[in-house]
Amino acid sequence: MTEPTSAPPAPGLQRAGARLPIDEYSRRLWERRWFVAAYSTASNSVGYQGSFLGQAWQLLTPLLNIAVYYLIFGMLLHTNRGVPNFIAFLSVGVFVFSFCTDSLTAGARSITGNIGLVRALQFPRAVLPVSTTLVALLRLLYSLIVLIPIVLITGEPLTWRWLELVPALVLQSMFCLGIAFVVARIGAQVPDTTQALPFVARVWTYTAGVMYSVQTFAAGHGQWVSVLLTVNPGHVYLAIARNALLADNPCGIGTWLLAIAWSVGTLAVSYLYFWRGEEAYGNV
Amino acid sequence: MSEPLNASEPDGSPAPAAEARSAGKHAAETASAGTAAVETAAVETPAEEAAAAESREPTVVVDDVHLTYRIVGRGRRGGAPAAVRRVLLREQAPGQRSVHAVRGVSFTAYRGEAIGLIGPNGSGKSTLLRAVAGLMAPSSGAVWTRGQAALLGVSAAMMGGMSGEQNIVLGCLAIGMTPTEIANEYDSICEFAGIGEFVHLPMNTYSSGMGARLRFAIAASRAPDILLIDEALATGDARFRRRSEKRIRELRDEAGTVFLVSHGLGIVRDTCTRAIWLENGRIVMDGDANDVVDAYEDKHDEGAHRPPRPTHRSGARARVYAEPSSF
Repeated sequence: MTEPTSAPPAPGLQRAGARLPIDEYSRRLWERRWFVAAYSTASNSVGYQGSFLGQAWQLLTPLLNIAVYYLIFGMLLHTNRGVPNFIAFLSVGVFVFSFCTDSLTAGARSITGNIGLVRALQFPRAVLPVSTTLVALLRLLYSLIVLIPIVLITGEPLTWRWLELVPALVLQSMFCLGIAFVVARIGAQVPDTTQALPFVARVWTYTAGVMYSVQTFAAGHGQWVSVLLTVNPGHVYLAIARNALLADNPCGIGTWLLAIAWSVGTLAVSYLYFWRGEEAYGNV
Repeated sequence: MSEPLNASEPDGSPAPAAEARSAGKHAAETASAGTAAVETAAVETPAEEAAAAESREPTVVVDDVHLTYRIVGRGRRGGAPAAVRRVLLREQAPGQRSVHAVRGVSFTAYRGEAIGLIGPNGSGKSTLLRAVAGLMAPSSGAVWTRGQAALLGVSAAMMGGMSGEQNIVLGCLAIGMTPTEIANEYDSICEFAGIGEFVHLPMNTYSSGMGARLRFAIAASRAPDILLIDEALATGDARFRRRSEKRIRELRDEAGTVFLVSHGLGIVRDTCTRAIWLENGRIVMDGDANDVVDAYEDKHDEGAHRPPRPTHRSGARARVYAEPSSF
């Protein structure tokens, strides 16, 4: 760790645990894709063991969330002003945004929660945040089973624009993987991250426009409030997902460009950031 | 040198010439510089040592390694108010402690050697093994290896709620096998584990012996260049133990270099050509397995009944780094 560039004592010897160059590292990560897939699906299903309803909670949890949010925000606080189909609006918001918060909180535990694996086997550690993000994505895809009927029952038309959900989720996945890489490294170095992150996640949820329309809200405030709220990546991915599924929530090409910029930028920077910490993950 | 160390030494392996020799000398130098070396049993002249190194290929060079890791969450007294007070008074963060597990260890391992790491609990054996595997980074110094070093063990990747067959796939993927390789190995793993129909049941329904057998069968299905074994032998019933010891020997022949951490001194005598005795993160003694285990038993198992052995055989290569009594 102190002198990573010193010469080997004999030819053919490599420093144990030395961080690979980024291209070789990425190649090894790709070789581990089967492990990522198997480990993600296994840890997802194991997560529901020990309850009577088992994997049914994958559908029940989002349904109950919708009910609670509708009760509080729709019926008590009336944040539904300016939103034509509030239940569908809220449902898309809750499901799509929980992918962001899940990636954030699970990503922070991806190294510390798998420290046994890290201290036993040699593999690119990026496998772990990729795996936790994949679990969060799986959970979102499962919740579509609940979401799509809700959207259709509340009167949204089924159109070709629904296909835009695919690129929207791809971009969001790239962004979520990015934040998982960042919090994975921070969480490995500062264990208190897991305690602090739920607050970050909550602030992010309330500012992203999950249960209210950012446009309607910002109309009563200054220009900079509007800019801040609409540039927020959480809101950007909500906007393109709602644009795909809901008729009355159009978004412009600018929002798509923002989504692309957030995805590519975040993923590139955070992957490098995570890779640079590679050697020390076993010491936490 | 007059006689070979052990029958498993490679005879006439291609000499990696001057560089290998300098590697051996380099490690020896740092070893004597890094610790207060008291060489009581060194019998070789420098010329003999150089000639021996020439015919041997170094596979692991551990160069003055220190390793400190942090333990978080070991509770301190006083509960939440005391913790807040410590934060406000800028004392050391509550519940943080660092452990200096390995304190300046140097040695060189060669192809064909099987090295036992012995020492009491908490002497840094497992941490040193993880540093050799590249799983934990040294705080200072460096570990150099030729080829891939791997710890024998997949238990961390396996999940109790999943069936045996799912865990075989998961464990094999975790040690880096491809789906095709797994398909080829699957039957021999099942056969080696010998758990029969239980392979379809969740692993948390297994007896501890069955679980251990399955884990060993998966972990031992692939031979790395440098094999690191941490207390893996003492599992299962007598019949399985014989089979697993046989498999370990096969792996050793395929691997080239084996490290074995064990409290079973008999296993170290039987399977190792060389032993390193660690205490408090430092090397106490490094040399022929029987000599080191003898000395270790003299120190730790006083009164233990064992057949008398000659204490200083001619040609003993043991090097004592420090008096055990100083710890």
